[in-house]
Amino acid sequence: MSGGVDLFDLAQKEREEQAVYRRTVLCCGSTACLSGGAQATQDAIRDVVAEKGLEQDVRLVATGCMGLCSRGPLVKVRSRGEDDVLYADVDADAGRRIAEQHLAAGQPVEERTLSLEHPFFARQVRVVLENMGEIDPNRIEDYIAHGGYRALRDAVSTMTPAGVIDVVQRSGLRGRGGGGYPAGSKWKLLNEAKSDQKTVIANGDEGDPGAYMDRTVMEDDPHRVLEGMAIAAYATGAIKGYIYVRAEYPVAVRRLEQAIRQAKRHKLLGKNLFGTDFSFDVEIRIGAGAFVCGEETALMASIMGQRGTPVLRPPYPTERGLWGHPSMINNVETLANVPTIMRRGADWFANIGTETSRGTKVFALAGKLENTGLIEVPMGITLREIIEEIGGGVAGAKAFKAAQTGGPSGGCIPLKHIDTPMDYDSLLALGSIMGSGGLIVMDEDVAMPDVARFFMRFCMDESCGKCLPCRAGTYEMYELLDALVTGRGTAATLVRLETLCEVVRTNSLCGLGQTAPNPVLSTLHYFRPEYEALLVPDGAHLAGLPGAHVAAAAESASAFADGSERSA
Amino acid sequence: MAGVNLKIDGVEIEAPVGENLMQAATRAGVRVPGLCQLDGLSVVGACRLCMVEIAGTPRPRPACATPVGESMDVHTDTPRLREHRRVLLEMLFAEGQHICAACVASGACELQNLAAELGVDHVNFTPPPTRLEMDLSHPRFGYDPSRCVLCTRCVRACAEVEGAFTWGVAGRGRETHLVADLGVPWGEAESCTSCGKCVSACPVGALFEKGTSVGERRVTRALVSTLTARRDRESHREVLK
Ligand SMILES: Cc1cc2nc3c(=O)[nH]c(=O)nc-3n(C[C@H](O)[C@H](O)[C@H](O)COP(=O)(O)O)c2cc1C
Ligand code: SF4
Ligand code: SF4
Ligand code: FES
Repeated sequence: MSGGVDLFDLAQKEREEQAVYRRTVLCCGSTACLSGGAQATQDAIRDVVAEKGLEQDVRLVATGCMGLCSRGPLVKVRSRGEDDVLYADVDADAGRRIAEQHLAAGQPVEERTLSLEHPFFARQVRVVLENMGEIDPNRIEDYIAHGGYRALRDAVSTMTPAGVIDVVQRSGLRGRGGGGYPAGSKWKLLNEAKSDQKTVIANGDEGDPGAYMDRTVMEDDPHRVLEGMAIAAYATGAIKGYIYVRAEYPVAVRRLEQAIRQAKRHKLLGKNLFGTDFSFDVEIRIGAGAFVCGEETALMASIMGQRGTPVLRPPYPTERGLWGHPSMINNVETLANVPTIMRRGADWFANIGTETSRGTKVFALAGKLENTGLIEVPMGITLREIIEEIGGGVAGAKAFKAAQTGGPSGGCIPLKHIDTPMDYDSLLALGSIMGSGGLIVMDEDVAMPDVARFFMRFCMDESCGKCLPCRAGTYEMYELLDALVTGRGTAATLVRLETLCEVVRTNSLCGLGQTAPNPVLSTLHYFRPEYEALLVPDGAHLAGLPGAHVAAAAESASAFADGSERSA
Repeated sequence: MAGVNLKIDGVEIEAPVGENLMQAATRAGVRVPGLCQLDGLSVVGACRLCMVEIAGTPRPRPACATPVGESMDVHTDTPRLREHRRVLLEMLFAEGQHICAACVASGACELQNLAAELGVDHVNFTPPPTRLEMDLSHPRFGYDPSRCVLCTRCVRACAEVEGAFTWGVAGRGRETHLVADLGVPWGEAESCTSCGKCVSACPVGALFEKGTSVGERRVTRALVSTLTARRDRESHREVLK
């Protein structure tokens, strides 16, 4: 064994220790379930276990997110020689009953169980989330016992950097931060850059409203991010890594800090790893919670202690990054794929998904569905399969109207395209984007101009203010949308809105401004009549104001016929 | 020095490697509008008025921040660019309160000149209802945020030429504004040397000398460029020594 720890020993010891217990209770301790009372559930179970003297028999683990957040708190009971039993909606009372009946007497509480064959679980393919609900994110031993850090060890001690890049390139992994840039190609650029001060950066800023894919990975499987970064560093020659986490994610920061300490203690980070001359350290940087700080140049400015605004590219970060040295930014989920790809091989990964979009994608499934939560699906799955099978259909017997992907930078997918495969190129062809993983399902009650206004408000508030088209344009577009939605918009308003979409999209400095018009453009494309129905005749908005009678009188009676209830 | 050949609005021109399209265009006798760029200061590419089309490139690029390239075919004045510039300028007017008739810079204002040049004869957006408060705390100068176009020339002149780092930018979106030091009134900013370089760099009447009235602003914008050009020449001489 080449220096440092013997991972096999550690893994073996951990597995033996775990095998002593007859039953393991995996309680979801992730943020969503915790806010749903998961702590009380755990306490209740622990109390009963203590009362009944079952401590030698039952191991209680607070794990990461099991996915079906809308049915949390979730609890899984794993017993030696039996199938796993999953419980949903486990409040403290249910927890007590499960402990008394199932843990103490071996009798599952049938009416609370949820079949693991449920399509919500059965349709998912877990790569990034493979450890979710399986391991205790606070313990490096648990991660190692599940195969963790083996990929890093093998890469560093048996492969060349070029060999690692080759695997990543052949796997077809593309960036999960929104742009979909091939990860292997980016790694190669950094590898070829000449410098002894290179850095890799994990982008955990995750600013899309409603998205929590990266938060979950950082909170519930932090070592996976570190391992992915270390492999990237080995492949590219980077000596230092930064994880950029937004300040709104205090649990992620704590877990990552703890994970870094643990990894250093086990010599999985630090100097001369695995007895080679490869050294790598990771530091956490906390962002101030601006959406634009997820943009890579703004992110680097923020890491360097400057105001987080984008700067012109080129030069790209792999040419001139942090403090002028070559740097590479990858999304957290992109990096979290890497350990599994290295362990299971490029071909295995490339077999999942489609020709141009390999592997899986994690989505934060939200909106008007029976089941919502965090899901990981093979790319190329259709929107219909996600909605009807995993999501259990639109809630409350309503009809599906559209789904929004890509958040404020994305667009909507209407019913007629519900059979579209979810991959980078198909979504682009529809005028949306894969984005970082927000997926919001809307039913017939939702008015699309409202949706567009919502996202424009977000962009307006988050514009960094550096460049004119975005700073002023998002404000003016919001004003126009607001005028439309509140019955003050005329045909000219709509024309102006479309002009502004074009001006802002074409001229903005960074991706925020360049994509801010997307929700407007795509809702206009698919739901134009909804906008047109909002229009009032020119001058009608003046009704009730001094002098309005002049404008009103100028309009013919017929022009007022359909706008009358608004101008009343 | 190695050079490249390119075409700007049909004019063939040879340009040294490292020159940007704005500089090359100027030498070719083609004027590209712009507000944030000032010779001698670093390039930020923020006003986006200098966007030009390059054949074979899908998106227009800022001339001030795009290096010349061999065989580039650049168009600086297409109907699309003209329309976009007009809309951008209209929005810029509507962001603040630009009442030229009562402005010290009138007649010597780059914004006013651009409006005339681009044919902006009305503003189709609604300006904010109230004026922002002026900062008149400095003994010699004043700052009127309602006239500021956020070009950050003052920020760069102060940091890059004077080395005082008095000016900074705070807030985001429509709330973006300048701050002196860590947000104190200008007159209390200890780093300010009262050199006035920011005032001379300002394209509009946002920074002004006290005691000047409507239309009395002197055009001194070349000051910063002259100083940096001299500095660069001097340091070049140092190197040669
Ligand atoms: C306004 C804006 C916000 C962004 N926010 C994020 C983010 O929160 N997380 C992220 O990974 N990438 C974000 N990106 C994309 C990054 O700039 C960058 O492309 C990405 O982190 C690269 O990683 P990848 O190649 O692994 O996808 C954002 C881009 C823009 C323009
Ligand atoms: S597009 Fe918006 S966020 Fe990006 S630099 Fe311009 S103002 Fe800032
Ligand atoms: S004060 Fe003048 S120079 Fe400074 S940012 Fe405003 S307009 Fe530009
Ligand atoms: S002059 Fe080029 S972007 Fe302002």
